[in-house]
Amino acid sequence: MNIPDGLKYTKDHEWIKIDGTTAIIGITDFAQSELGDIVYVDISTVGQEVNEHEVFGTVEAVKTVSDLFMPVKGKVLQVNPILDGSPEKVNEDPYGEGWMIKIELKGSTDGLLTAAQYKELIGK
Amino acid sequence: MEVKQIPLNDVHVKLGGKMVPFAGFNMPVRYSSDIEEHMTVRNGVGVFDVSHMGEFTIKGPHALDLIQRVTSNDASKLVDGQAQYSCLPNENGGIVDDLIVYKIKDNDYLVVVNASNIEKDWNWISKFNTKGAEMKNISDDICLFAVQGPKAVDVLQKLTKTDLKSIKYYHFAIGEFAGVPNVIMSNTGYTGAGGFEIYVNKQHAEKTWNAIFEAGKDVNIKPIGLGARDTLRLEMGFCLYGNDIDDTTSPLEGGLGWITKFTKDFTNSANLKKQKEEGVKKKLVGFKMIDKGIPRHDYQIKDASGKVIGKVTSGTQSPLLSVGIGLGYVASEHSAVGSEIFIDVRGKSLKAQVAKTPLIG
Repeated sequence: MNIPDGLKYTKDHEWIKIDGTTAIIGITDFAQSELGDIVYVDISTVGQEVNEHEVFGTVEAVKTVSDLFMPVKGKVLQVNPILDGSPEKVNEDPYGEGWMIKIELKGSTDGLLTAAQYKELIGK
Repeated sequence: MEVKQIPLNDVHVKLGGKMVPFAGFNMPVRYSSDIEEHMTVRNGVGVFDVSHMGEFTIKGPHALDLIQRVTSNDASKLVDGQAQYSCLPNENGGIVDDLIVYKIKDNDYLVVVNASNIEKDWNWISKFNTKGAEMKNISDDICLFAVQGPKAVDVLQKLTKTDLKSIKYYHFAIGEFAGVPNVIMSNTGYTGAGGFEIYVNKQHAEKTWNAIFEAGKDVNIKPIGLGARDTLRLEMGFCLYGNDIDDTTSPLEGGLGWITKFTKDFTNSANLKKQKEEGVKKKLVGFKMIDKGIPRHDYQIKDASGKVIGKVTSGTQSPLLSVGIGLGYVASEHSAVGSEIFIDVRGKSLKAQVAKTPLIG
């Protein structure tokens, strides 16, 4: 299970990579492997400010649909354009090409988990 | 409820199967990827361990009477070595379960039922067994391997002298398979991809499983999980009990008129006959998404004006077509192939079209 050290995590299995006032968000390797083949990523919150823990979109695997939760309060700037045609990138490269949204930070990042804390949460 | 293990549980864990509780059993939902496993069955050959399914033998001079009494299809039409899809209607217009009836010979039948309904079906059939047919629940002794896909027959033929190509759809033979006697080789399945279902006593199950994988090695045979089983059956438009049909849906509403034969009396047959004559108010239909989106169980179905006309009972993204597909009940006036319907996908009304099954046809 790949849980890179440089990222922050949530108990809802999102990762966030903070870079100054913006951040990139996706789902973890653990999340993609639990979901199975991802066939559709549906995010229609671009331009909106979304609160911490609120839903910014949904991810659909063959068998299930799951909500995507904001790790921190932020304004959604962009959705990864590659996911429209190639949602399987979330399975293949969850921390790279399979990223989901770019946001402008609008709130505290204090509640996030470190890689070690996230590993403990998922029992790896 | 206690979760039971199927006899080859450890084999599946070793193969990397992700085990999840399903119908009271820990079952492999996938080994690698749902889509890859799905395509393996559509294009090559894959093996499902569906040993959770239930099997009852019904024997003796009153066996056929009992089967005719509780099932909707006409089992008197079966010849030795023939199987029949059927259902157990309840007394209130719904369905206790769907099942397959195998005629081994006169006075000797096997019925195969859904894992989640083993006890319910046993009690139900027993209730009508007033003349003393000999019933036995052999579910715990039997393993069932569904070997499915266009390459299945060639692989299996290596393991038996029985000429599999001569066994027609919904027929079976009993013989030696992989060195094991008394194996049922049944030309049935739940995928529409062709292939056989192999019923073997659990004491020979691992040997049989290994022999099948050895025989299929050169064509890249793979174990397939329940995830792909569901997408495969849904592409064909096959019902899943508990989703698409249940205690409250009538066989006629559920599109099972073709297995509801009024050539004999059976549970609730008078009312069902009346329903057939009067016509049903809702019907189970297959549909394909036109707008991008994936239908899911319990999503509402609406008409163009936004009025609710039914609900989705099964839905997924078709791995073969890469579009959303589903089954659902709609008011009968919307059930014709080609009808435009709308699926409420989390608040968005997405366009879909009623389609004939198989949905990949």
